[in-house]
Order: sequence, then structure tokens, then C-alpha cells
Amino acid sequence: MDTNCLAWILLLLPIVVAGAIMLGLKRWPQLSALLATGSALITLVIALTLACPEYRDGSIKSFPWIQLGEGQDAFRVNIGFNLDLLSRGMLLIVTAIGFLVHLFSLEYMKDDNGQSRYFAGLALFMFSMTGIVLADNFVMMFIFWELVGVSSYILIGHWYQKDAAADAAKKAFLTNRVGDVGFMIGILLVWVLTKSIYFHEIEAAVGGVANRHLLDVAVLCIFCGAIGKSAQLPLHVWLPDAMEGPTPVSALIHAATMVAAGVFMLARISVLITASGMAAEVIVWIGAITALFSALIALQQNDIKRILAYSTLSQLGYMIMAQGIDNGGDAGMFNLYTHAFFKALLFLGAGAVILACHHEQDIWKMGGLRRKMPITFYSFFLGTAALIAVPFTSGFWSKEAILDAAHHAGQTGPYWIGLIVALLTPFYMTRLFVVAFLGKSRSGDAKDAVEVKAVMWVPLVILAFMAVFSAYGLIANPLQALGHAELDHFHLNQTSLLSLCGLIVGAGLAFWLYQGKSEEPLNGAFFKLSRNKFYVDEMYAHLIGIIQDDFAALIAFLDRYVLQPVLVRLPAFTSMAVGNLLRRFQVGNLQIYALYMSAAAVLLILFFIF
Amino acid sequence: MEATLTLNDFLLISGILFSVGLLGVLIRRNIIVIFMCLELMLSAANLTLVAFSRFDTGNGHPNYHGQVLLFFIITVSAAEVAVGLAVMVALFRSRKTTDVSQINSMKF
Repeated sequence: MDTNCLAWILLLLPIVVAGAIMLGLKRWPQLSALLATGSALITLVIALTLACPEYRDGSIKSFPWIQLGEGQDAFRVNIGFNLDLLSRGMLLIVTAIGFLVHLFSLEYMKDDNGQSRYFAGLALFMFSMTGIVLADNFVMMFIFWELVGVSSYILIGHWYQKDAAADAAKKAFLTNRVGDVGFMIGILLVWVLTKSIYFHEIEAAVGGVANRHLLDVAVLCIFCGAIGKSAQLPLHVWLPDAMEGPTPVSALIHAATMVAAGVFMLARISVLITASGMAAEVIVWIGAITALFSALIALQQNDIKRILAYSTLSQLGYMIMAQGIDNGGDAGMFNLYTHAFFKALLFLGAGAVILACHHEQDIWKMGGLRRKMPITFYSFFLGTAALIAVPFTSGFWSKEAILDAAHHAGQTGPYWIGLIVALLTPFYMTRLFVVAFLGKSRSGDAKDAVEVKAVMWVPLVILAFMAVFSAYGLIANPLQALGHAELDHFHLNQTSLLSLCGLIVGAGLAFWLYQGKSEEPLNGAFFKLSRNKFYVDEMYAHLIGIIQDDFAALIAFLDRYVLQPVLVRLPAFTSMAVGNLLRRFQVGNLQIYALYMSAAAVLLILFFIF
Repeated sequence: MEATLTLNDFLLISGILFSVGLLGVLIRRNIIVIFMCLELMLSAANLTLVAFSRFDTGNGHPNYHGQVLLFFIITVSAAEVAVGLAVMVALFRSRKTTDVSQINSMKF
């Protein structure tokens, strides 16, 4: 099979499976689950094959979709693929983590009523995500961008009978849509400036764009899409609420892949970003501030999934920051790959713990899990180590790469913010680890915890291995997927020293503060702010309330004083008046009617003769 | 004294007859009288027809087309009167009056 065939199968198999499940197989959940997992496995194999040299340069036949106009200058939108280094690497990540999450879900969702629906949703997501990765033009990417948002909505709201889940799904979709408005405007602006929507053509045409200010605005608008999808400030509010979905969904979508789509998209248009300095600055600062803000909130959260969600937000901030820095794009993608592995690991580990503790998610009700769930314990430990950038884990290399890039590009503000976050991250992750895993069991559920089944811990182990080793040549080189971070050169420079200090101070402080405690020791005004997520949600609700009230008042006024008199009362009044007038002709008297008839006859005769 | 009659004279008579009939239909209250006036209007129209027939001469004879039509009209009017009288009888049975101004239940 040639590259063309393989690529199309990779894209279309999951949607076919999703359709098959929803249309016919809903009554056989086990079959649906196995079918979906099988398709994920096949896509993984195809992705691996496509990374091999003999398939790498195969040509892809595009599917012509829209064509406006004739000849050379026609506006064409094709569904076509772009199989460069960036796509292939991302494809491997998406399919690998997708497959592992499918495997994990086989056991995690075993007793769920909506199992078929869940696996159909996962398959739909795989289809949409591979679509984004493979897209070779903006319009196709936008279509799949929206599809990913839909899949996220379906999966977050899987337990839709719960109000919180339904609300969270709605919030995620709406917040995404707000970002997507900007994205659409940005796409249109880029088309106006470069006369093309195809990435390779845009890259070639960027140099010749005259109106630089408009290019800045266009890139900023496109960045809005990334703000929504990758949950940057101010559109970050949906990601913590998205934890209402099943944990494997959080692992796949909200840690490893969908939220990384924003970063991927920025990497795709890196040529545009380099060409517009102002937009790049904005991107860097928004990424840095998001990283800091969410790390501060994570310090005081008590739900294991929420801590991980804010941690994801923070790491995404790093990645977005890297995309805005000159030559930082590679470091950003590198961090995306390593982060995908260890964040998925952490979420799946959290899922294992939640399942073992009978759906308990509060870390203060866990504890003492070291002897009871050893495999989970050690893999979670490795994941945490990677996240907080313990030296020589993959997370260490990627975080160093970003901070180095920031330092070399002279971005001092973001650089220092990155270092501060590099201190906060070990703090809250060590807090999580110490409270949830070490010490004594703090509740009956935790006492009864038992290690999870093989189907669940095998993905954990695989991911733990990747979390530690994915930065090294043995895995990275054949894949040719990861960035050009200088892996085997360990410079002992200012950056690495400072981040090591941050690591030791943060982790040590957290360990000292939380070791052996059974309730939160820190209580101050600042920590209360952090616990309440700095009241951002409340502010938004208040703002929306005000705007809605004003708008509603305006509409009410228009309705009562303009529309009602003119459109409702006037016709009614006219009808009644005319009716009253005509009514008087109905006299009921035979001879008057005869008079009318003769008068009409006379008039007619007059009219026709004269 | 002029002995010959012209077409206009006949038309004048016919017109007066028609107007009287019309006025009778509009003013009289008894339904049978209204019907008689209706017949009067019909007669006026017949007279017009015969007058035109008499005075439209070609090679000495009147144009007999009009007179033939007249016979048909009289026949039809006889039938129409029969129907009209039947309707009047039904009306009388239902309303117990021949006064047309009493039949005004369709007044607004």
C-alpha cells in the first residue's frame, strides 16, 4: 500500500468506526470498545509506517472539495494532507497516546452504561485530531478544529445526567467558539494578504506582504484560536471544568492532544509568527502569564484532577510562550511531545487511583497508597519527576530547551516568569504526590485500595518509560520526530542551575510542609484567592450578566415602544376600521341590495360606453 | 299632424316602462308587486327588441330575427316566473309575511 492509501485510511478509519458504533452497535458495548481500540491500534501502526523512510516522501492525492471560479485563479479548497516532519511527529503522539488511552478505557469504562457512546466519541476525536495534524490548508484545519471541539463537548458531557458535566461541556464549547471567531477572522485576513489558504503557499508569500500591521493583526486573530483551544488566559476557564469528563478523556484530550492543537497550529504558521514581531511578543507574554497564573491556582486545589488540569494549563503556557520566541518553536514542540507522554501518564495514574478509591477525587481523602498500588505509585512518581523536570528525565530536557531559548532571545521578563513557575511546579506536584500517595490512608476508601488490572497498568508503564526516556536518541532519532534540542550536551549554565534550584526549593518546601499532614496547613488571604481560582469565573459571570441585562433592556424597549405599535397595533386597528366601514353595507334589506345592483349596472354601462 | 312613428318613440316608451318597473322593484314592499314590476322591466326590454326589429328593414321587410328572439324570451320568462313564484311561496311559508322589509335577519 502506498503512502496515499495509508494516509487516507489513517484519517477515515476512526470516523467509519464511530459511525458504525453509533448506527448499529450500541447494544454491544464490548464489541464497540474492541472495535474502537482496534482502529486506534491500526492508526498507530500506520503512523509508525509513515515515519519510515520509504513512505516518507510519497505523494498524497488531495480530494477537491470547493472550487469557485475557473482556471488558474480559482479559489480551491481541497481536503489534502501535509506529511512533513511536524505532522508525522504529532501523528505519532496522537495515535500512540490515543491507543494507550483506548486500552486504559477498556477497563476503566467497563461498568459504564454509555460505553458504546464513549468509544464512538473517542473514535470521532481521533478522526478530528488526525485531521488537524494532517491538514495542508487553513480551511481544512478549521473544519477539523471545530470537530475536535465537538468531540470534546461530547466526551466531557459523557455523564450528561450530571448537571455539572453538562454545564462543563457547554462552557468548553462556548469558550472554544469565542476563540474560533478570532481564528476565522485571522484566516480571512491571511487569505486577503497572501491570496492563499495553503500553508506552503502562505509560507512562500509571507515575505512579499506589504501591509505589516495587518499581518500582525491577522496573526493575533489566528492566535485567538489557540487561546481558546489551548486554554490560555483569558479563555482558560473551560479546562478545569472539563475534568467532569471521564479521566481517560482528560488524559487524551485535555492533556496530550487537543489542547496541544493550539501549539501545533502555531508551529504550523511559525513563518507567519516570525514575520510579525508584535504578535510574537503578545504570544510570549500571554503564554508566560498563563503559566504563572495557573501555577498559582494549582497550589491550593484539592481535587487531584483539578491540580493536574491547572498543571496542564501551566505547561501549555510554557509551550505557547516558546512558540512566540525566535527559534523557540522547536523547543515548544519538543515540550509538547514530552508533556503529552507524562501528562497522559499522570492523568491515567490519577484515573487508576480514583477507580481504586471508589471514585474519590479529593487528595485529602487518599493517602497510604504506596504499598497498596505499587505499579501506579512508581509510574506516577516517574511522571511527576518528568513534569517537575528532575534532571535527565525527558521533561527536564524540554523545559531547559524552552528556558534556554527564552534566555538567548533576550526575553528577560518571560524568562524569569518561567523560572518562577519552575519553582511553583515542583511545589504543587510534590504536594499532590505527598498528600495523595504517601503517609497513612485518610479514609475508608483509600484503605481498601487495590492495584488496578493489567489492562490499566500496562499503559501506565509504557507511558512511564516514555516519560523518562523519550528525549533520548534511541527513541527520538528513528522517529525523527522530536525537536533539535541539544540532548546529549548538558551545559551547566545559568538557566539549568537556576531551574535546579527552583526544583530543589519547591519540592523540598512542599515535602516539609505537607509530609504527614492530614489537612491543608496553609491558610492566608492569598491562598484563599488561589483556592477560589482568583474568582475569574465569578467575574465572567458578573460581566456576562451585566451585558445581558443591558442588551435585554434595550430589546424590551424596542419591542414595547417601536415594534408593538407599528407592527401589531396598526394592522389590527386598520383591519377593525375598514371592517366597521364595510359592515354598514350589510343592511339586510332586499331592496337596498337591488339598488346597489342597479347602481352598479348603470355605472358599468357608463364606464364602457363613454 | 305627423302620422308616422319613429324608432325613438318606441325607445322612449320602452325607457319609461323600464324606469317605472325599476322604481317599483326598489320601492314597493309587497313581494308580489315587486315581481310584477320585474315583469314590467322584462316587457320593456321586449318592446325595445320588437322596435328595433320593425325599424331595421332590408328590402321592405322588417328584420325578423328580433321577433323570433322575442318568442324565446317570452317562453323563458314564463319559466322564470314559475320558479320565482315557487320561491315566494317558500318564503311566505317560512316568514309568514309578504312584506319585504320584514326580511332583514342578515342585517349587521
